[in-house]
Amino acid sequence: MIYLIDGSLESLLCAVFEWFEHKPGKVSVQLGSQHQPDAFTEVFLVHKDPKKADRVWTGLQKKLARGWMRKFYCTFLSETPEAYTKLFEFACYIFSNSNGAESNYGNPFVLAVAQTARKVEREKHRMEAFIRFQHTTDGMFYCGIDPDFNVLPLIMQHFKNRYADQQWIIYDLKRHYGLFYDLNKVEEIEMEEARLKTNYKPAENLLSEKEALYATLWKDYFKSTNIVARKNTKLHVQHVPKRYWKYLTEKQDVL
Amino acid sequence: MSERIREKLSILADAAKYDVSCSSSGGTRKNDNKGLGDSHSSGICHTYTEDGRCVSLLKILLTNHCIYDCAFCVSRKNNDIERAAFTVEEVVSLTINFYRRNYIEGLFLSSGIFKNADFTMERLLKVVKKLRLEERFNGYIHLKTIPGASDELIKEAGLYADRMSINLEMPTESGLKLLAPEKSHEDVKKPLALVQSQIIQLKDERKLIKSIPKFVPAGQSTQMVIGATPETDKDIMHTAAAFYKNFSLKRVYYSGYIPISNDSRMPVLGSQPPLIRENRLYQTDWLMRYYGFHVNELLNDANPHLDIDMDPKLSWALRNLQFFPVDINVAAYKMILRIPGIGVTSAQKIVQARKFGRLRIDQLKKIGVAYNRAKHFIVCADTPYQLKDYQATQIKSFIMAESQSKYLKNSVQQLILF
Repeated sequence: MIYLIDGSLESLLCAVFEWFEHKPGKVSVQLGSQHQPDAFTEVFLVHKDPKKADRVWTGLQKKLARGWMRKFYCTFLSETPEAYTKLFEFACYIFSNSNGAESNYGNPFVLAVAQTARKVEREKHRMEAFIRFQHTTDGMFYCGIDPDFNVLPLIMQHFKNRYADQQWIIYDLKRHYGLFYDLNKVEEIEMEEARLKTNYKPAENLLSEKEALYATLWKDYFKSTNIVARKNTKLHVQHVPKRYWKYLTEKQDVL
Repeated sequence: MSERIREKLSILADAAKYDVSCSSSGGTRKNDNKGLGDSHSSGICHTYTEDGRCVSLLKILLTNHCIYDCAFCVSRKNNDIERAAFTVEEVVSLTINFYRRNYIEGLFLSSGIFKNADFTMERLLKVVKKLRLEERFNGYIHLKTIPGASDELIKEAGLYADRMSINLEMPTESGLKLLAPEKSHEDVKKPLALVQSQIIQLKDERKLIKSIPKFVPAGQSTQMVIGATPETDKDIMHTAAAFYKNFSLKRVYYSGYIPISNDSRMPVLGSQPPLIRENRLYQTDWLMRYYGFHVNELLNDANPHLDIDMDPKLSWALRNLQFFPVDINVAAYKMILRIPGIGVTSAQKIVQARKFGRLRIDQLKKIGVAYNRAKHFIVCADTPYQLKDYQATQIKSFIMAESQSKYLKNSVQQLILF
């Protein structure tokens, strides 16, 4: 049997509720938008109900420590097609067993959630490291990104704490939304298509006068802190995979 | 103006790059004054240079003028290089502007000694005070303690820095005397001990009175140059172990010597830096700090050098086959940590997962154990029955045949007779 969900956390939790209500046996979870009907499998469209979702979420909170709730959420943010089934199976496994079942790494779903969460956390950490703000004439620090996973909700607090005295925008070009900090709070924003063409950086004419100087100084620094006798390109690329180079000011000459 | 600052940055970053300390972890400063910056407890590496070393701090010297003439240092008095010095304002504005663009985690500030130790330390102190008090900067600051500076200056600097460090330079006193006759290990030990006692004292006081300021919250570190003088790995690691123990250091860094001069006392110009040896020393360091090994188990009079072709954990296991095979499903966590091919995370997962049933080979592989390496040392639920006990040399050749060392260009596999 296939449960169809719409990709929100709420609908995923409702799917878990649904399963315990009817116990239909083996079930896989798919996105409604990606579902290809076939002749034999039964399909059930999960309806969203905030009350049911809340009950499942509080139930999970009672069963799992905070670290595991975060792993659950991170796996959800990975937005991969397999992740939904894994989370569904994981939640069912947790509810069907006594407390502490989440430390059974021999169970494929526990391991899958732990490993997917790890990937998402890695991407989150990379965004914290590789985002390079550019200062614009109106005093805004801007950066556009297209991370593998939907990590904006995870990095929000980090940037809010860190850059408390400057306005900044981090825009997810792939998922078409961004975060804007106005010195008090962080808001979700959507920008019209036209401005998106500026891509990872604001247009040249929008940059503040000092921006070019500091970018050059940073490139200089990057060059002079390198020890040529120890050159190790393999290690370099392993730490800074090439798909991230487009963000990095110090790599702009190479690209 | 911008040309001059570019030039200075190039000179002073170039001179500071031989300091390998890069960590920005352990900072606990929170952005509670609506200022700039907030520490990340595990640190962030913002980029990596082409030699594969991380860049998390803006690592610069305040000046490369120096009154000392240490043979291993590029900034030594008699070296014919360009000299430069930053003003306090220049360092502050570079740090702030780099930080705002998310280039760096903070500042690593070191300096050549000009005039005398106190004068230099005072300048360093001025920079950190301006950053913390005027710019309300809460990012990471790593400050060099200048040996010989007065206690008051060091104590004050400790209130603003997150980490302080002094380099041992050479692993042994005799090595240091050979290359830098004006320096000694005693000069390093005194300020290390001072900062350590302050850390402990202020930590105790903070338990009673909340308003006592933080003092060097990320602890102290040091660095040794290896391969410049003929010390054994045993000398190096025993010195490191003693410093970890006596001064509760957070890190000891090992820096493979890169020939920079034609001094007859040291390796000639153009010879390769000892990268494998450096790697093996770091592995030993990790085994001491995270895997519960005592330095004597890894390096002793019988084995004064680390194996180049295999890591120290594997070579310990091969020397001590009497402890193996270990039964994964019953052994203590400490013993599981000692199995080659199993790291800290895998060991923790194994200990948790085995409560739910005896673990099998396929589960171990999924958990992340390097099974091809570990299989010679473990027993799990479905380990195939093995009639014959293998010798250490045989196990070694099995493992070496499968592994590809990034350091060995062509395989040096020897045929086995038995």
